[in-house]
Amino acid sequence: MERLIRKVKEAFRFEHRDERYTCKHCGTEHSRKTLMKRYMVCPDCGAYYRVTPKDRISMICDDGTFKEMFSNIESKNFLDFPKYDDKLRQAKEQTGEKEAVLCGRGKIGSVPACIFVMDSRFIMASMGSAVGEKITRLFEYATKQKLPVIGFCCSGGARMQESILSLMQMAKVSGAVQRHGQAGNLYMPVLTDPTTGGVTASFAMQGDIILAEPKALVGFAGKRVIQQTANAAFPENFQTAEFLLEHGFIDAIVPREDMKETLALLCSQHRKVGKSA
Amino acid sequence: MSKSIYQVFKNARAGARPTAAAYIEELFDKRIDLHGDRRFADDTAIIGGIGYLGGIPTTYIGIEKGADLQSRMAHNFGCPKPEGYRKALRLMKQAEKFRRPVVCFVDTMGAFCGVDAEERGQGEAIAENLVEMMGLQTPVISVIIGEGGSGGALGLAVADKVYMLENAVYSVIAPEGCANILWKDAQRVEEACEALHITAKDMLHFQVAEKIISEDFDHFDMMCENLKRELVEDICHLSAVPKYDLLENRYHRYRAFGVYREE
Repeated sequence: MERLIRKVKEAFRFEHRDERYTCKHCGTEHSRKTLMKRYMVCPDCGAYYRVTPKDRISMICDDGTFKEMFSNIESKNFLDFPKYDDKLRQAKEQTGEKEAVLCGRGKIGSVPACIFVMDSRFIMASMGSAVGEKITRLFEYATKQKLPVIGFCCSGGARMQESILSLMQMAKVSGAVQRHGQAGNLYMPVLTDPTTGGVTASFAMQGDIILAEPKALVGFAGKRVIQQTANAAFPENFQTAEFLLEHGFIDAIVPREDMKETLALLCSQHRKVGKSA
Repeated sequence: MSKSIYQVFKNARAGARPTAAAYIEELFDKRIDLHGDRRFADDTAIIGGIGYLGGIPTTYIGIEKGADLQSRMAHNFGCPKPEGYRKALRLMKQAEKFRRPVVCFVDTMGAFCGVDAEERGQGEAIAENLVEMMGLQTPVISVIIGEGGSGGALGLAVADKVYMLENAVYSVIAPEGCANILWKDAQRVEEACEALHITAKDMLHFQVAEKIISEDFDHFDMMCENLKRELVEDICHLSAVPKYDLLENRYHRYRAFGVYREE
């Protein structure tokens, strides 16, 4: 009976997996299957779809090697902040996830690594206590296990519904990044669309090597806020990965199809000799 | 009769309060201001230097808003640019090298939001300060003297102790911005102030701050005497702590922040 239920569920997932997506850029429709083969890049115009954490893991990790960690940690509306409970419920329903970040360990081209992937569908991947705690624990685990950390970043910033404690997550994660780095371990954030605010002003920019996806929006302040402060015209490509590369703030822009290979190479270049992980 | 949180917020941002320079002048003897980030420029929103705090050579760093309109403009209204955070970090590393404690005075709406700030890596500059301050091998005390505006404030407030002035505020987002996002109405800033819990008492409750410093701007010298006593006492205590323990305590000070569900 259990097996039957699993089979039905499996079949349902398969059907779900073949739903169709419309490219926001060129308006062309493609099946999920077609898109996944091309790393969720539009075959017609080359625009990047945003990727869910689970899809990201399937693109990056060797099959069957990823083990999720700290999945039991989730947000709590401890200040009775207006509308926060509704936001959390909606986000959970829409994504089927409990929080805005997925953490775990896996292998990339046979090299073991800790990985976190932020989820822009979940309250704009904003960082509250739960997100900060999960990422901090991942860095602490990686420090103990002497593993590299790869972090797919995207975020609207700190989660204001948790008031000052969300701001403190920036410092908390920074502490864990600092210790991980002091112990000689590699940290590589990958900036994806969109990475802004408090995440840009903390762990997204604290990597030994910082990668980004083409055309990803990356910035500190929102464009509207900048417009209000100073009525200046925006330069071409302002706040894109290309802009950051030009200004010296990231190491490389890596197309999605090359991401796994690039990460695997970098991880193996930094692999410590004579230890098992 | 207690003031509304909105009143406190308005007053913290734009009231006739002493700015960082006034505290520095009152607290530190035989000062010398130091300038520049050695990379790009000397940001006018952040001032810093070395002076004696009750006889102890100490590095002071402050976000200066300016006291009148002209000086406010000269100090970019207390909104630091990346070179400001980099200057602050340079002075902190210098303090670490020469084993001086660091005292920061925080008073900002937030880090400057502009094309030039983005071009020079506003996010990276703050991010770098957070990491470096976490590992800084010398005592750091940050005093929020007016407005502690989000990441722009935190960039000078990763510390062993944080003090809040009685009517200072500390917030993850400007209340106007919060109102705008929540209700699409920047006018509902009063409600946002309530929802965000931004007062000194709130910070004590969250353990984001260790101390509240009472204000008496009519007797500013006496008020600063009291502040100086607190600073000197904490600096003496922190300076006696072995470096390893100092960093361990600082790590755990921040490690403890967060309320979440774990099942």
